[in-house]
Amino acid sequence: MLTWRRLHVKASAVHGLLTSRLVTEQHTWVHGHLPLCQSLSTGTPVRNDFFKDLEAQFAAARQKAADAMPGSSWSPIEINPNLPPERADIVIVGGGVVGWSIAYWLKQKERVRGALKVVVLEKDPTYAQASTVLSAGGIRQQFSLPENIHLSLASADFMRNINDYLGVLDEEPIDLQFNHSGYLFLASEDVAHIMEENYSTQRDAGAKVSLLSPTQLKEKFPWINTDGVVLASYGLENEGWFDPWTLLNAFRRKAMSMGVVQCCGEVTDFKYSVNRAMTTEGKSLDIRRIKSVKVQMPNSLEYQPVECAIVVNAAGAFSSKLAQILRVGSGAKNTFEGISLPVEPRKRFVYVFHCPDGPGLDTPFLVDYSGVYFRREGLGGNYITGASPEEEKEPDPGNLEVDHEFFMEKIWPNLAHRIPAFEKLKVTSAWAGFYDYNTFDQNGIIGLHPLIPNMYFATGFSGHGLQHSPAVGRAVAELILDGNFQTLDLSRFDFRRLLNQEPMLERNIV
Amino acid sequence: MSAHLMSLHRCCQRSARLLVAGRPWSSSSVSSPPLHTRLLLFLTQRFYDVEMLLRWRSQQGQRRVQKKNAYYSYTQHFHGADIAAAFYVLSLKGGFRYVGQSDWFHTDKRGQFNWNFLNHKDTPLEEVDMSCSLISYSGLENLVGQQSLRTLSLQGCPEVDDWFLARLHVFQDSLEELDISHCPRITTGGLAALRNLKGLRRLDMSSLPGLSNPGLVIILLEEMLPQCQIIASGYDLSLSQEGIEERNEQHEQGHESDKSEKQAIY
Ligand SMILES: Cc1cc2nc3c(=O)[nH]c(=O)nc-3n(C[C@H](O)[C@H](O)[C@H](O)COP(=O)(O)OP(=O)(O)OC[C@H]3O[C@@H](n4cnc5c(N)ncnc54)[C@H](O)[C@@H]3O)c2cc1C
Repeated sequence: MLTWRRLHVKASAVHGLLTSRLVTEQHTWVHGHLPLCQSLSTGTPVRNDFFKDLEAQFAAARQKAADAMPGSSWSPIEINPNLPPERADIVIVGGGVVGWSIAYWLKQKERVRGALKVVVLEKDPTYAQASTVLSAGGIRQQFSLPENIHLSLASADFMRNINDYLGVLDEEPIDLQFNHSGYLFLASEDVAHIMEENYSTQRDAGAKVSLLSPTQLKEKFPWINTDGVVLASYGLENEGWFDPWTLLNAFRRKAMSMGVVQCCGEVTDFKYSVNRAMTTEGKSLDIRRIKSVKVQMPNSLEYQPVECAIVVNAAGAFSSKLAQILRVGSGAKNTFEGISLPVEPRKRFVYVFHCPDGPGLDTPFLVDYSGVYFRREGLGGNYITGASPEEEKEPDPGNLEVDHEFFMEKIWPNLAHRIPAFEKLKVTSAWAGFYDYNTFDQNGIIGLHPLIPNMYFATGFSGHGLQHSPAVGRAVAELILDGNFQTLDLSRFDFRRLLNQEPMLERNIV
Repeated sequence: MSAHLMSLHRCCQRSARLLVAGRPWSSSSVSSPPLHTRLLLFLTQRFYDVEMLLRWRSQQGQRRVQKKNAYYSYTQHFHGADIAAAFYVLSLKGGFRYVGQSDWFHTDKRGQFNWNFLNHKDTPLEEVDMSCSLISYSGLENLVGQQSLRTLSLQGCPEVDDWFLARLHVFQDSLEELDISHCPRITTGGLAALRNLKGLRRLDMSSLPGLSNPGLVIILLEEMLPQCQIIASGYDLSLSQEGIEERNEQHEQGHESDKSEKQAIY
């Protein structure tokens, strides 16, 4: 029945499909016919070929009729086998690391096997623009908000036991290629007090971090020029970098082995119902409940509506597009309905360079107070580096082209000042990726939108979404299945802070 | 003769054509699944059970390791952290020596040990031999308080991995000798964490099967821990040298940098 409905919708497209189908049908028929007659004529010469032939045709017709009975998958038009299912319990939009982590945890937490039908929709299976695979792959505990520190600790714990969580029987164990080199933050005079405060917060939360004076710093890392550095903080454990692809694929492989459906297609629209509610002040509010998600298939006009109970918005840098379709932020300013999802793509460059005399195996993930960071990449004297531009000089996020001027003007001078060996280096390649940048307070937005009672958000992680994905996935799954946070209380990261205009800012030293 | 050949040839062609023609027909008649497909379907339904069994078995194994490496809080509460650590070492069939003592306490082959170790209350451990034991990251928690630990042998421990090495920073002020040879799960990413053990004088890292580029890693480790004597036998370094060159080439293919510069690194 449902296929017929779709037939109706796409009458024009169907026409072409139908005729082409017919041609191929005939084609096979002619071929199929030939050997059948032959074998008959040799096997039973007594009976008439014609009747036997007729019988065979009847049999085929009967078969066809049986196939077309309700409950069978037969249909008169060819159906794209990659189409998403027509119904699902939970639809996750965005197949990046956050989306797949949520999918995994939903399955992990379901009580009965197969109780939940979870679909992950990803518009680009090559992940050419996904932040996950374009990130620097770092994980650190050195945050100032306890929530972020706990997210990192939980995620590090997950990665340590990744094969217990994500291992699939009879498949290779997962090797994240985790490099246990800590983060090293350098603070100038102006920000040293913030570093000290952060240090005590981190210690309280259980992170293993140590503070270093410039002398200790020089002793530990003789290749650093400590001019201007007043204090440094250095992670001893659970910090370093890993391969984002491996993490993404491990989540995906495990989730799919547990029954999550992966589909390729872009979510372009929603069907929703609108209910009008009254606030205590007597203002009316429109509550939009999503009924179905419209999935546009890649490189075609075909689309599929997926009816669902719950939608999870894990579309990364482009998550606010989805929110806009649901008219989030379209109301008058200073009202509930006027608050848009403050997440936008911001382009960040990563440069790979080679320096034969650079620091060796003990190179940390160094973050200078100038904002420049760098880390080792492999063992052959290669490094990657980057920095965030000033607010006014944000590059155009319309494409992923790399601005090499930025390296020359903003990065290299700072880098060479801090590590004199880098005065001589050679940029060998570069790439750009999108931060899922939260313009409000640069932290993740996790939870239900108050005006869309069945869309959960997990977005806006602004440069630390990869490392937090294991713990965030668990938190969102708890929110959906248990109704509240169970293991880590992330309620300060929900929408209320936007409504109350109370940003949850990281106190950074950069 | 040639005519004969021609007709044979044609015949072959025809049969070939027939074969080709027959193929779509046979594949279009799958509407009723043949026996082997049904059998497969049947097996896939069974497979969950098989899978469950296998998973259960591997979980049992994990649980055993976890149990062995549980935190000895009870012992610690009644006998102090040092006795708890000593008891943990002996339970995992390891051996140790107290600070200021010359005798070692060891577990024998049958898992028996001398309970006299209880007589040395509040004496920290100086040398610990956990070779070929099931010590894991969580079990290390029992030893964390041992701030006088000078020697630690982890030779051939199947559960010792990179995260374990990263945790060793807790002994950074005391540890002088470390043996991690024959540990199957250690890789370069974990060796980088030894940077915190600045007091290390001797490191045995022989025969680590997880090292992908041992020649280069050994050089980098020597550079990172200049005061430390590094023992690394059991590597075919001639092969790994090739590995380095291979990496070099790969790198050059990608980023066309000149060779003379490259050779300067190694
Ligand atoms: C240069 C750079 C360096 C970084 N470094 C680090 C780091 O060191 N450590 C760290 O933790 N984080 C880092 N990050 C941040 C991190 O990469 C992101 O926060 C994280 O990957 C976000 O994951 P995600 O799954 O939400 O987004 P993504 O990986 O972008 O996934 C979102 C997916 O949704 C899909 N999608 C979008 N819209 C639709 C739609 N309408 N329909 C269907 N599919 C859709 C997209 O194709 C995409 O694949 C870095 C980011 C960048 C750019």
